[in-house]
Amino acid sequence: MAFLQQFALLLALLIIFSTSCKTAMLEVDSAEVGLNYSLKSSATENISTSTNDSTGGHGSSTITTLPIVIWKWHHVETPYLVALWILTCWLCKLVAELNHNITSVIPESGLLIMMGFILGGIVWGADKAQTFKLIPVNFFYYLLPQIVLDASYCMPNKLFFSNLGAILVHAVIGTCWNAGTVGIALWGCYEGGAMGNLNIGLLQFLLFGALMSAVDPVAVIAVFEEVHVNEVLYILVFGESLLNDGVTVVLYNVFDAFVSLGGPKINAAEIIKGIISFFVVSFGGSFLGVVFAVLISMLTRVTKNVQVIEAGFIIVLGYLSYLTAEMLSLSAILSITFCGVCCQKYITANMDEKSVTTLRYVLKVMANGSETMIFVFLGLSAIDQNIWVWNTGFILLTILFIVIFRFMGVFFLNWLLNQSRLIPIDLTDQFVMGYGGLRGAVAYGLAASLDEKKIPEKNLMLGTTLIVVYFTVILQGITMKPLVQWLKVKKATQSDLTLNGKMNNRVFEHVLTAMEDICGRMGDNWWTRHWNYFEDKYVCWLLMTSDARKHKDPIFGVFHKLNLEDAKKYVNEGESKGSLAFIRNYDNASVDFKKQLALEYADIMPDIMNDMSEYDFGIDNVPVTSVMKNPLPSVSLNVHELDRKSMLNDLSAHHLLDQHLYKSRRDNRPTYSRSHYNTSENPDEMQEIFQRTMRSRLESFKSAKMGVNPAKKLSKHPKKDSTHKPNGKPADPHRTHPYGDEDFEFSADSASSSEIAGHFPRRNTNAPGAGVDNPAFIPEMDMSPPMRNPPWQTETANNMAVAPSQTAQGRLPWTPTNLRHLAPLRMSTRSTDSFAMADASVDDEAPEEKSGSHHTRL
Amino acid sequence: MGSTNSTLLKIPNVEVLMQETGFSPAHIIRLHDRFKALDKEGRGHLCPHDFGAIKELAMNPIGDRIIGAFFSPGKETVDFHTFVKILAHFRPVDKDRPKEPNSPEPINSRSNKLKFAFQLYDQDKDGKISRDELLQVLRAMLGMQVTDEQLESIADRTIQEADLDRDDTISFEEFRKSLEKINIDHKMSIRFLR
Repeated sequence: MAFLQQFALLLALLIIFSTSCKTAMLEVDSAEVGLNYSLKSSATENISTSTNDSTGGHGSSTITTLPIVIWKWHHVETPYLVALWILTCWLCKLVAELNHNITSVIPESGLLIMMGFILGGIVWGADKAQTFKLIPVNFFYYLLPQIVLDASYCMPNKLFFSNLGAILVHAVIGTCWNAGTVGIALWGCYEGGAMGNLNIGLLQFLLFGALMSAVDPVAVIAVFEEVHVNEVLYILVFGESLLNDGVTVVLYNVFDAFVSLGGPKINAAEIIKGIISFFVVSFGGSFLGVVFAVLISMLTRVTKNVQVIEAGFIIVLGYLSYLTAEMLSLSAILSITFCGVCCQKYITANMDEKSVTTLRYVLKVMANGSETMIFVFLGLSAIDQNIWVWNTGFILLTILFIVIFRFMGVFFLNWLLNQSRLIPIDLTDQFVMGYGGLRGAVAYGLAASLDEKKIPEKNLMLGTTLIVVYFTVILQGITMKPLVQWLKVKKATQSDLTLNGKMNNRVFEHVLTAMEDICGRMGDNWWTRHWNYFEDKYVCWLLMTSDARKHKDPIFGVFHKLNLEDAKKYVNEGESKGSLAFIRNYDNASVDFKKQLALEYADIMPDIMNDMSEYDFGIDNVPVTSVMKNPLPSVSLNVHELDRKSMLNDLSAHHLLDQHLYKSRRDNRPTYSRSHYNTSENPDEMQEIFQRTMRSRLESFKSAKMGVNPAKKLSKHPKKDSTHKPNGKPADPHRTHPYGDEDFEFSADSASSSEIAGHFPRRNTNAPGAGVDNPAFIPEMDMSPPMRNPPWQTETANNMAVAPSQTAQGRLPWTPTNLRHLAPLRMSTRSTDSFAMADASVDDEAPEEKSGSHHTRL
Repeated sequence: MGSTNSTLLKIPNVEVLMQETGFSPAHIIRLHDRFKALDKEGRGHLCPHDFGAIKELAMNPIGDRIIGAFFSPGKETVDFHTFVKILAHFRPVDKDRPKEPNSPEPINSRSNKLKFAFQLYDQDKDGKISRDELLQVLRAMLGMQVTDEQLESIADRTIQEADLDRDDTISFEEFRKSLEKINIDHKMSIRFLR
């Protein structure tokens, strides 16, 4: 139903809009002859149109009386149509995405093309002519750069550069092979009489072959992203299609020049010049891109005062790199590709995290938007009787040849590459690579920009290109997924971001370089290492801010990212579940406890599990308000239902969280003292996260006037605490520390130990084990030294006690001691007192001394 | 060909060595040449300081550990056989080679590669990577870029990620599990040893 509604909406919109266009056209046609109505071209002629309008519209009409409102369609016509078409195309995407059953079979790109057919039909029905089509100028200057910039900026850098050799081989040699063979084979068939009488020579066929060899990144990404093939295959196909566009355009230009020169004038010198031009244009474009990448990176070093438009610089400069290359007749696509790929690392390090996110999203919006438009217009362009010159032989042979030669090229080049590849590309991957040779808008754009004077059969070529595009995008797109499944192509493994992985990768790299040194050979790692060394020493110095340099280490980066993720998860969880989050924590804690017990004390206290579950339920029955009560039973049930493994997972996630919130705060500290900029950002962020969570929780607690407290706080408070008090001495003279060093030790101990959540449960264990069952008593127990260092606590934990204290800086508005004491208190006992205290401390930000047992100030 | 054979003949038990490591005669000869070049005093075995003489290796942050991996505990020297066997860890896995059902696990198997990496951490050979051991490696690799506290928290978190039995150390089994998704064949192979 939703689909129908949407569709009806769309149709209505289109009908209104196409009729309005038609009337508009009639009007303007009478006023100005020869204005190009194709929407896309009118965009380029924006300025001229509006000037014409203003002179024509206003100059001629004399005002007799003051108009209140006037119909000023001509003033807004061009931008209005552009905006309207963008809206229409995006609505098409919306409609296409409505039904997931359809998109899982037909790729979105194919659906959009079909929508384009429908739209084109409507426009044609209204205008009886093709009013709107994708014209090359708009495609190459406005739509394509956005997509390429996004694709290159989001390119998995390391993967790209480590497979750069293979990608280049496919993109350069493969493309030339495709262009040459398709052209020559078609020419051969033409000479053999397979296509009847056409006015095409060998050069024109080669030109056609060149434009047909463009494997389109847009189509490829659209299809491959949906099938999730393994990353090497993905980067090969994707990287190839991206670079291959650049190569295709260069080839196209070379052949175009040959065609203009005409057959007789082409001699060996011209051919050599053509080859030289090929390399100059490609490498020049790439080099220009790198230059722009350097410029961008250097610029982002100094943009921190204009953070709002920081992201805009990248987009504008990226676009400029495209236009500059175009101006110098270098390869624009290669230029913007290398610009995006190269600057990515440095600008991510230099810019504020918010800007990085903004940039990523803006690029995605733009790229997706223009991708949608391209596909819709590809479909739309088909509804034009002018371009359809049917020649069965030509069309079928073209399809046949591009498929055959694509496969031949891919298999041959892969065979060649496999001779030296560490991990050979296996046969199924090669097959998918060959099959993934989707042609798309680039081929169409090039075909549309053919010069009819030089290529008499332009329309045949254009029509054939469209058919090839439809064939590859729709047919191959639809069959790709089943094929990948049927061939059992290795899918992308969902690799999580782990410190272990990152760290060991680093170790492996070092080991490999060491082994190469020992063997005395210069291997792949030699290059990697020397580049890294060079980058560390010079490139980073030039392109990165000093702060970014300090934090650029990938291991640290992963650590930071994990921390941020955890923080977000934590906040989301806390906010959406309120008090439940806490209870779950508690359960986790008790689970942990049980597990620990089961492991360590199974023989001594076989009944402990039962005891603990009673303990659980006992708490349940403590006067908890209804709010608290409701979630509890289910959660408790969960505890019993879940198998140990999943609990463990839960638990470890929980531990990570604990660790995280504290650490990141700590991490930010050094930066804080040094640079104004960073401090104001990250610590605040963390602080806000913390405060918000605290507030939301406290509110729920307040309303409940009772309850239990998130174990997470346990970790946080102690941690913050430790940063406040160097060596356990209060940094702030106003503070009173009833427990003095002990306090500190406790906090540091729990903070630095890797197993925060684990510790508390253990303490709890101790309590019941020691017969201290009264929950209210536990906080005291927690504070006492013997409790702090239960015999089974690891030595490391104690050793670490001092470490956190070293970066003591009192900048937190709330009193850590207070909260810290709260934490274990709540965790273990849920006394009303503790809540009142928490309220006071956080809400007022000026906590007063509350609980009888300890403290506080500020 | 004659020189090839004569070089090979000089190496004792070369057949066994090739069988065990899977290296081709060309590899063995190349490694033997290298071995002789490293063994400047011509003693027929290498000492730690022979490795130390490799300039690039001195720059390697965990170079000492890697050199240490060549020497079995208590031994001060490494002979050619051991040398080749260590390097055989890094031979890429070849899929074409028929798998003999009874043959022992090849040196370049996934788990052997992992064991090699593991022992770089586990300096006290107790089968566990302790927090301190991890910290040392991290410190060597990260250098001056991060503070001690950050290092510690990274180490803590790394242990947490891998530590399944909550003993604050990483056992080999945990180590292997934590790297399950990483293509070790890829990351721990050197192309020219193929």
